[in-house]
Amino acid sequence: MNAFSYTRATDVSSAVGAAAADATAAFIAGGTNLVDLMKENVARPARLIDITRLPLTRIEETATGGLRLGALVTNAATAYHALVERRYPLLAQAILSGASPQLRNMATNGGNLLQRTRCYYFYDTAAPCNKRQPGSGCSAIEGYNRVHAVLGTSEHCIAVHPSDMCVALAALDAVVQITGTTGERAVPLVEFHRLPGDTPQVDHVLRQGEIITAIELPPNGCADHCSYLKIRDRQSYAFALVSVAAALELDGDTIVDLRVALGGVAHKPWRDREVEAGMIGRPATVEHFRQVAADVMRHARGRGHNTFKIELATRAIVRALTTARQARRA
Amino acid sequence: MSDGHATGVPGDRMDDSSIDPLTPGPDASRITITVNGIQRELEVMPWVTLLDLLRERLQLTGTKKGCDHGQCGACTVLVGGQRVNACLTLAVMKDGATVTTVEGLSVDAELHPVQQAFVRHDAFQCGYCTPGQICSAVGLLGEGHARTADDIRELMSGNICRCGAYPNIVAAIQDAMGLDDGRGTR
Repeated sequence: MNAFSYTRATDVSSAVGAAAADATAAFIAGGTNLVDLMKENVARPARLIDITRLPLTRIEETATGGLRLGALVTNAATAYHALVERRYPLLAQAILSGASPQLRNMATNGGNLLQRTRCYYFYDTAAPCNKRQPGSGCSAIEGYNRVHAVLGTSEHCIAVHPSDMCVALAALDAVVQITGTTGERAVPLVEFHRLPGDTPQVDHVLRQGEIITAIELPPNGCADHCSYLKIRDRQSYAFALVSVAAALELDGDTIVDLRVALGGVAHKPWRDREVEAGMIGRPATVEHFRQVAADVMRHARGRGHNTFKIELATRAIVRALTTARQARRA
Repeated sequence: MSDGHATGVPGDRMDDSSIDPLTPGPDASRITITVNGIQRELEVMPWVTLLDLLRERLQLTGTKKGCDHGQCGACTVLVGGQRVNACLTLAVMKDGATVTTVEGLSVDAELHPVQQAFVRHDAFQCGYCTPGQICSAVGLLGEGHARTADDIRELMSGNICRCGAYPNIVAAIQDAMGLDDGRGTR
């Protein structure tokens, strides 16, 4: 770890002002990923701005009937919140399938969005990595790439975003609330993270000095028919090889709304709205779910060790949608 | 921004053996932290983890350093009653907090019910993970989300036991929760 200085922010505007004025500064809240990256010398901020005292610690209903999750609410407090459990069970399931209870007690909602990939070459400072050191090359493309992406990759990076929470947020059409020195803006979760392209060092659209203040969930939580399916190398406390957040709205057996978000397969939570839209008005049959899966995965490309993910994701989509169809709330 | 916190020496590498990263320098922050019921005023450098503070400054070596990366759970302590990984917690950020380690669980000479259950069920072999397992189990009981043995296994997955004492750990926690472990041992 490098030496760094420490300051404690007391309000949002001074926090963003301090970070905007210092390109070497980083915000810290739960610290579960940042402190680890600092120990590995992957992240080397010269200054940490502690934002844990900022008033972003509430979960409250919005005027339009949605739910606003404060950026500093812990993942555990979010997953076990009565309104989240009842109205957004997909989100609760996804959060509780990630990390460990200790980490969920520490990790915040804002930080969950900002966690970095767990690509082992990104963590290994002896290995070339375009995300860690732009222009140095990608060790995963020709290396051991079992956990890597099969969708939306580039010749510069095949890392995946590690979050479970974000996969559910993508399916739920969540919106990220951001404050910077020039004011506030809102970015849909699916547009918050980016594909690697030729700048894989940039994970998301947040600019230096901007802070996530909240994540807003729309009123429709897809609570009647939803399922989070996570497939991993061990049953608990492991990152997803493939995960699926599936949600359906049905009129009898007819699909009124279908949503599929994927984790573990791309640099960002993956959704294909064109494929989803094509299913509206059709019967919610396994045959149609297979069609969805094949269409979502049509551009997938394996790199060797990770090629199994294409078939795994295809089957996982069918299973998650089938479970969601049955999962009518009592 | 509040004043009076460390300014540090940005850029210094602490793997330089000439620097003792745990010793407070002129730019240390003053924090107040209550550990096992004792309130302490301490000067800490910003990079000192709660784990290193407990072990190296307060000589509370019950809390173990296993992986030091939040993957094994050996460093689990309770902060404000919540179980957390002390290795990923910066001590300076816990100014004003209340911390309980395995040394602080007993009341007078009587072990905490979870500690007693671990002894009763022989829920350890080498014992290195045990303080973390016990603090984690105390946290689990406080959270109140575990109902079954499967729940316990899922909600204890942040604590690794290389000896593989898991069956007895689950039995001990069931016992402490007042659940029958199905083996007639309570």
